[in-house]
Parts: sequence; C-alpha cells; structure tokens
Amino acid sequence: MSVTTTGSNDLVWNREALPPGPEQEAVVRGITGEMADKGFVVANLDRVVNWARTGSLWPMTFGLACCAVEMIHAYMPRYDLDRFGIIPRASPRQSDVMIVAGTLTNKMAPALRRVYDQMAEPRWVISMGSCANGGGYYHYSYSVVRGCDRVVPVDVYVPGCPPTAEALVYGIMQLQKKIRRTGTILRD
Amino acid sequence: MTDAAYVSLPADRTAARLGVLAVRFTTTFTGLDSVGIEKGELVLRVRRDRLLDLMLRLRDDPGFRFEQMMDLCGVDFPARRERFEVVYNLLSLTHNNRIRVITTTDETQPVPSVHRIWPCATWWERECYDLFGVVFSGQPDLRRILTDYGFEGHPLRKDFPLTGHVEMRYDADRRACIYEPVSLTQDFRNFDFESPWEGVLTLPGDEKVHETRQGPEYRVPPEAAR
Repeated sequence: MSVTTTGSNDLVWNREALPPGPEQEAVVRGITGEMADKGFVVANLDRVVNWARTGSLWPMTFGLACCAVEMIHAYMPRYDLDRFGIIPRASPRQSDVMIVAGTLTNKMAPALRRVYDQMAEPRWVISMGSCANGGGYYHYSYSVVRGCDRVVPVDVYVPGCPPTAEALVYGIMQLQKKIRRTGTILRD
Repeated sequence: MTDAAYVSLPADRTAARLGVLAVRFTTTFTGLDSVGIEKGELVLRVRRDRLLDLMLRLRDDPGFRFEQMMDLCGVDFPARRERFEVVYNLLSLTHNNRIRVITTTDETQPVPSVHRIWPCATWWERECYDLFGVVFSGQPDLRRILTDYGFEGHPLRKDFPLTGHVEMRYDADRRACIYEPVSLTQDFRNFDFESPWEGVLTLPGDEKVHETRQGPEYRVPPEAAR
C-alpha cells in the first residue's frame, strides 16, 4: 500500500479530499470510531490484558498437605514467585488462581468447591501433586477424592509426590503460557 | 566405668522400676486381668467395670501420679468374642513412668469414659468411637470427629472395605458435592508374595539381601537364582 504514502489528490479514492479543517476532522473522528467498532483496537487490548493477567497471578493459598511445603518453598527467596508478580492471597475474592496443594478429602471437598465458587472470573486452577491429580497414594481410600478435577475444573496438573518447588514454578509458567494463548477479555 | 556399663544402666533402672511397679499393681489392685512387662513396657489389662477406679487411683495415688494421658486408641481383633481393645497410654512426670492400660469391649458394650479424669480424653474417645464404633458411657459429646459429616460405618474396623462404599464428586446441575457409589476403573491390587505365580521374593542379584531377611533356610540355590 505504498500509494497511501504519496498523499496525491490524483488517486481515485482521494479525488474528493477535504481540505484541512473542521469538516476533515469530523470525518477522521468518524473513521476512528468505526475502527474501534470493528475491533482493531480490541485485539491489541486483548494482549495487554493477558500481559497484565499473567504478570499478576494472585493465587488462593490452598495448602492441604505436604505439597504445601513445596509450595511455600516456591514462594521463598530461592524461587521467589514474587518476581512473577505472584502474591499469595488469603481471600478467594482477590485471587485469580487456586493451587490445590495436597490431598483433597471428602470432608474438605465442599469447602474447596465453595472457595472456587467465590473466586472472581477469570479464574484458573493448578492441581499440584499426585493426590490432587488423581488421589495418588490414597486413591483407594474411603475418605479421599480421587482427583480434585472431580470437584473443580483444572487447568494445569503438576505431577510429583510432592513436586519440587521448581516443578510448581514450571507449572505456573505453563499456566501463563495457556493464558497468553487462550485468554480473552470476553466472558464465557 | 566403661561406656557399655554407662549406657546399660538407665535401661536396667527402668526395668527395675517397672518391675517394682508391677508388683505394687498386683498387690494393691483387684480386678486386674493381668500385669506384665511386654517388650520392656508395663501393660495392665483390666476389666471394663473396674476401669474408672483404677484410672482414678493411677492419677491421684501419690505412689503412681499418672498425671497425663498421652494417648487413647482402639485395636480390632475380629476373631475375639470382645473384639475391640481400648488402649490408654499414661505418663507420670513425677516418677518418670509410662504404663499402658488395656481393656476390651465389643460393638455394644460401653466403656466408661475417662474424660473427667483427663479432659484431653474427650477428643480421643470421639476418635475411637468414630473409627471403631466403640461406645463410651458418660461421654457427653460422643460425635464423629474425623470422618465426613454424615459418614456411615467405622472405617478402622477390619470388616470395613478399604475403599468404602461411596465416593464424592461435584454435580454441576445440583451445584453441590454429592456422594455416589464407588466405581473404580482399576481394582486395588493385593500382592500375594506367597503365591508361586506372583511371589517374586528374590530379585536376580539380590540373593544376599533376601537371605539376610528370610534366614538361611530360604537360601536360593545358585541354579534357581540363575
């Protein structure tokens, strides 16, 4: 589209060009509005929003068992989740992601679901460790939920018993990648 | 004094002290089924109806002073007529003694509660009731403590199936966590090490470890190991 840079009035589409002035400005404003409607700007805003979301994933602290210790390690200075903008929250109203770290028992499951329901959209869930992934060591127990995906929808599964803090950080980075690729500001 | 003598002295003292205690129990109490030292620990077996008397004296008698109850637990022996044992582990800080008191019961016979003697017993009796179904009389708060609200059965009984009867999932229609009958995609695998078909007792190259573990009569002939 090099022709547009010439600015010549001989071109067909530019033959009735308006001289600079209030009339021209009115036309430009109209076109800008039209562009906004058609969504050019929205596409870029999407990226800005995803950037903001991945840069401040605030997790709901849901440490249920020994995996919580590894989760704590991930928060501590060596792995320092704070550098990703990840700050643990004690309230589901303020959190974006729930890290289910540990064995989910039958007695705890309704509480976990309630906390998930209280989280504001958009929300994500990381299932951390064998017990949360599929019951793990307690798969055949009478009192354990066989995977927290029976109770809440899970985005990322981190394997291990328990996973290292590094593995959890990797899982969080995978979630960031997922948000970057699939995130949208449209509501479901 | 050699090191060996120094090390063995406290153990000997403990054994002697426990022996003295055992003699005192047999001479001062009636209603004890047995008093004995099992694996270096003093064990009293007592009839259910004499339990409270015994416990009260164990705590208050200046010669015993078992001020603390460390633990209360149940054991299930399905073959016995009174299938449950209730085990009390007591500690005397004054005399630095530990003893174990054991009484028996079945599914219906109540065991007198000791929560007035040691208030900490309340939660343990609830736990024992929850997991074994042992009933404690005089316990004002005999509710379940560990299992889920509305749980049915007593999971530490030997006849309770490992996987239980129900499993939980979230139901999107009813917007609640619900219980359903258990359906397992793969059954629990019980390894039978005695079976000639399954029992791989010795791994190749591991014969020496196996021999140490099982004794020389289980020695694997070299040709069989190969």
